[in-house]
Amino acid sequence: MELLRFTTAGSVDDGKSTLIGRLLYDSKAIFEDQMEAIENASVNKGEEQVNLALLTDGLRAEREQGITIDVAYRYFATPERKFIIADTPGHVQYTRNMVTGASTANAALILIDARNGVIEQTRRHAYIASLLQIPHVVVCINKMDLVDFDQETYDRIEKQFRSVAEKLDIKNFYFIPMSARDGDNVVDPSTRCPWYTGKTLLQMLETLPVGEDLNRNDARFPVQFVIRPQSDEFHDYRGFAGRVASGEFHVGQEVKVFPGEQVSKIQSINLYEEQLDRAIAPQSVSIQLEDEIDISRGSLISAADNCPKSSQQIEAMICWMSETPMRVRGKYTIKHTSSDVLGIIQEVVNKVDINTLEIAEDTTVGLNDIARIKLKTSKPLFYDSYKQNRITGSFVIIDEATNNTVGAGMII
Amino acid sequence: MDQNTINHLRELEAESIFVLREVAAQFERPVMLFSGGKDSIVMFHLARKAFFPGKVPFPLMHIDTGHNFQEALDYRDDLCEKTGTRLIVKYVQESIDQGRVAEEKGPNASRNALQTTTLLDALEDEKFDCAMGGGRRDEEKARAKERFFSHRDDFGQWDPKNQRPELWNIFNGKKHVGEHFRVFPISNWTEMDVWQYILLENIEMPSLYYTHEREVFLRDGTWLAKSDCLTLKPGENYETKQVRCRTIGDITCTGLTLSKANTLEEIIQEVASTRVTERGGRADDKRSEAAMEDRKKQGYF
Repeated sequence: MELLRFTTAGSVDDGKSTLIGRLLYDSKAIFEDQMEAIENASVNKGEEQVNLALLTDGLRAEREQGITIDVAYRYFATPERKFIIADTPGHVQYTRNMVTGASTANAALILIDARNGVIEQTRRHAYIASLLQIPHVVVCINKMDLVDFDQETYDRIEKQFRSVAEKLDIKNFYFIPMSARDGDNVVDPSTRCPWYTGKTLLQMLETLPVGEDLNRNDARFPVQFVIRPQSDEFHDYRGFAGRVASGEFHVGQEVKVFPGEQVSKIQSINLYEEQLDRAIAPQSVSIQLEDEIDISRGSLISAADNCPKSSQQIEAMICWMSETPMRVRGKYTIKHTSSDVLGIIQEVVNKVDINTLEIAEDTTVGLNDIARIKLKTSKPLFYDSYKQNRITGSFVIIDEATNNTVGAGMII
Repeated sequence: MDQNTINHLRELEAESIFVLREVAAQFERPVMLFSGGKDSIVMFHLARKAFFPGKVPFPLMHIDTGHNFQEALDYRDDLCEKTGTRLIVKYVQESIDQGRVAEEKGPNASRNALQTTTLLDALEDEKFDCAMGGGRRDEEKARAKERFFSHRDDFGQWDPKNQRPELWNIFNGKKHVGEHFRVFPISNWTEMDVWQYILLENIEMPSLYYTHEREVFLRDGTWLAKSDCLTLKPGENYETKQVRCRTIGDITCTGLTLSKANTLEEIIQEVASTRVTERGGRADDKRSEAAMEDRKKQGYF
């Protein structure tokens, strides 16, 4: 069975929680005691219907205010697949949360209220999906019951979205008319829109290709930890522990190690007591090389004939995640794969107004802003562009004073 | 599935191993909390995989309420002996004796909440800067909000409204002196994943998880085990039943499941067909709608 991670995006009243509740409920992932708890809570609040959103709002403050504050993760499985949902809030600190949920997603669901069509929020969701390079975007045209399942309305919204997507870089997108409240086309096909012959949302989630999302070409292995037992049995063992970021490695393969660019060959690949012939992303293994090379946490092993870029001058798109605005010329810790380096933000090249998708005039970068920056690092990074590789192309920015993660970066 | 993909259990395994190695690399003095329950057993198994052939580079710590299932303690001691792992045990009873906490009163008295003080004292005394726990996000709605790397202030508190964003697979474990982290390597696992993985890896489990005869009594719809720690209320009687544990916690609040499941396959079948959550039988979660959140804010795991 494969794993699919997806995130949901939609503004407050687009029915996001209802959709998730519906998916969980119709796929029988809600247990009796959970249902009983939200039934009781709904009655206590004086609500007439069982409020499925209570299922997903896990914090006291969220239930009090009836809003989602932070990303939560939900799980369900069908006989076909296992799913992890990153359930992101609709409005509070919007961009930052969607970026968080989107960073690991194979697919994004973008909800559109059929009565309103593509609005500013939709453009913002689409832009973030494109920026984060989410491989699949499913546009859920929801509340179709409120427009009498009118095909023309649906076609018009699809056309509007396509014209937005044209300006962006979204690889695969799909459209589904649905009513999350009534369950049309969520798990079960709807009888109310015979003109739609495509998959239901669940069928789509069960069949989106996942394996193809990974970068299979560029063998990259950031070293997390060096295993040196120095026991009698494993006296000379020196294993480089890490997770294959992309591509594949096999025993006997010629590899290059960064920094230093020394060349060696893979002697063995281990996963616990098992000896593997090859390792592919996203496996966690440990690798032994034939030669003694100085390797530590922060080193990167790559195929010898296909190497990452290496530079101290980086250009990147960043999403700012802190209430404290970004300090140009300021020093920050840059965390990229397994290495921490110091970085100076040299320049804001431009800032994107993600509502209009135009270049903004001012260049101050505050909470939820997205900007293109130039960065200088104290040591070289070994990287690929984010478009090519989500792991070696991403980094976070940490404020040294507070230790908080204040920015998410995607290398251009 | 083609040869270029790995199945979901192997992907979860790879993710957890990655997290465990980040802990070993980013912290000075990490410790793994271990109760003898299935989640901590799986977590420890993953740790052995992560650092093989080296030893697991951190000790285990059990916060002992004194209200245990003996089978869980036996399993714990056995495992540590077999694997040569250092075990630290901290006793809630000592916190009570020192006057740090007061024992709850009444028929539903539980020491579960008291563990928080013992845990925070232990982290401070031993200068641990990271405590790994086997918590899973599918267990409870407050846990669904938990990060892999969860920052705690110098009072050990969790602030759910101010969590660090966690992006891609980059984990920020930076902290000031006195603060610490809780790390949950199996965050993304569900109860079903845990059992399927135990089967896949053929991990030995405490006998409590398999069906056995036990003297039990029914309280508030939950079967509780006969023990010295609980006294019967009027109308309650001991009965002998075929039961097993779905989750193992403090004996005073661990509900037992009526079950005939005798093998891992049968347990998996039972979990697949069950209509109540694992924590549905945990009395301490039923105390209020935000019971877990409140405990976590104070420093509970």
